[in-house]
Amino acid sequence: MTYFDVRIPGLDMTVVQADGNNVQPVNVAEFRIGVAETYDVIVRPREAQAYTIFAESMGRSGYARATLAPEEGMEAAVPQLREPARLTMADMGGMPGMDHGSMAGMDHDSMEMPKGGASDPFYAKGSGLVPVAANGGKFLSYADLKAQNPLYEDREPTREIELRLTGNMERYIWSINGVKYEDADPIRLQYGERVRFKFVNETMMTHPMHLHGMWSILEVGAGQWNPIKHTVSVQPGATVYMETEVDEPGQWAFHCHLSYHAAAGMFRKVIVEGGPESAQAKAGATTEEGGDA
Amino acid sequence: MSRIRLLGAVSLLVSIGFPTALAAQEMISDTTARKQPLTTWGVQLEEFEYRYSDDDEELGVWDADSFYGTDELKLRWISKGEYSLEGRAYESLENQLVGQVPISRFFDAKAGVRFDTPEGPDRTYAVLGVVGLAPQWFEIDANLYMSDEGDTSADLDAEYEWLLTNYWILYATLDATVAFSEDREIGVGKGLVSTETGLRLSYDLIDRTFSPYVGVVHERKYGDTADFAKAGGGGTEDWFAVIGARIAF
Repeated sequence: MTYFDVRIPGLDMTVVQADGNNVQPVNVAEFRIGVAETYDVIVRPREAQAYTIFAESMGRSGYARATLAPEEGMEAAVPQLREPARLTMADMGGMPGMDHGSMAGMDHDSMEMPKGGASDPFYAKGSGLVPVAANGGKFLSYADLKAQNPLYEDREPTREIELRLTGNMERYIWSINGVKYEDADPIRLQYGERVRFKFVNETMMTHPMHLHGMWSILEVGAGQWNPIKHTVSVQPGATVYMETEVDEPGQWAFHCHLSYHAAAGMFRKVIVEGGPESAQAKAGATTEEGGDA
Repeated sequence: MSRIRLLGAVSLLVSIGFPTALAAQEMISDTTARKQPLTTWGVQLEEFEYRYSDDDEELGVWDADSFYGTDELKLRWISKGEYSLEGRAYESLENQLVGQVPISRFFDAKAGVRFDTPEGPDRTYAVLGVVGLAPQWFEIDANLYMSDEGDTSADLDAEYEWLLTNYWILYATLDATVAFSEDREIGVGKGLVSTETGLRLSYDLIDRTFSPYVGVVHERKYGDTADFAKAGGGGTEDWFAVIGARIAF
């Protein structure tokens, strides 16, 4: 269970959907995909040859491979695994001054990779983990994702909730704000509000944060065109913002989708209070509680 | 510090923001089964090996460790033994049952009992120890013992894993025992008692579950302990060639 870097040597990919929602098409040579994330891409093979769909694990310990071909039995060359990236001090997490989340007004044209080291606003400044396309082409960044059709009116969030992604790698303890799920109170949201979540990753691992029930509007600095996802990857030492229109009453899971991290405690229950179905939700909870009520 | 204070302020703001809304309806409480602490378990044979000494002595040796518990409290059963294949007797046989709790980011404290039941007199000890990962990735296990005879001793195990590749691993180990009083009956003299130094090259054959290894082990007794061993007709220093496997579940 890990992140994969996906490419099809010989073909560019046009990303048209992220997590099931249309995005404005963006041509890339390669993209990184986290657990639970989905990307839909369009490829246009112009020759009757086989192409390898190659997905390398982020740690470069293995790969998955498929073949895109006009007829059965054809195969293309399988690339070699590249060297794994090395974390830098910037990726070690928990360090002050690592707030890269304020991206409003960012000039996306100036985000070309600088010579000598890749950069991506969704990675810590000076990160060693920023992926680079195998063929030197464009590597998809979250900053490239813009919604095709915004699902919601753009409006100011009613409040902000900070969630620090925390843990202890040696003990394999994973938590949010230093508190494991077993010890945590649920996050209570009010139906109809728009909440801004601030993720601060203080760990040395990337966490694909996944909210059930309601969409995660990822802050990429595109205003009303911010993409609508359900899983938001937060890189080590990075800060990422997302907003949620609280439009589904009930009780929802909110967790890192690296399931071992979720099971260990990087998990919260979100309770949406109020709204049209609050009566049922309340009734359900009372039944669940049984004699305790 | 300022980060913690800031977070405190944020959560305070959040909690102030709620009451008015919550008063309007009953609180839905979180009754999920996963609110129970996650329990984990593990069994590992750190050493499970055949030793052949420069004196043609043959030993079967194990160093095993099982645990069950949560992040906050683990119950640990540690078992170590050396079985002489010629003498058909346990040269050493030790079982510890300890409770273990975290005390710092990288270290745990443990306390419990140790039962030594080799060939010869038995001993029961109270154990107090620390175990964890020291800077530069040395795995440290240090313990204080007090026996039912009133004798006190300490041991230190240090281990370093050198990953030659992701599969080939060189393990260096050092175990040293010190006694603060003499226990003649079991051949222990005051001062540095013994050391065991090992170098093992292993290969992870099935994940990290089964890793066969070969290596060398050097055992030496010191001071009065060495004298007691000599008086009893035993050796004070041994070199062993070892072959075995690390096994983990």
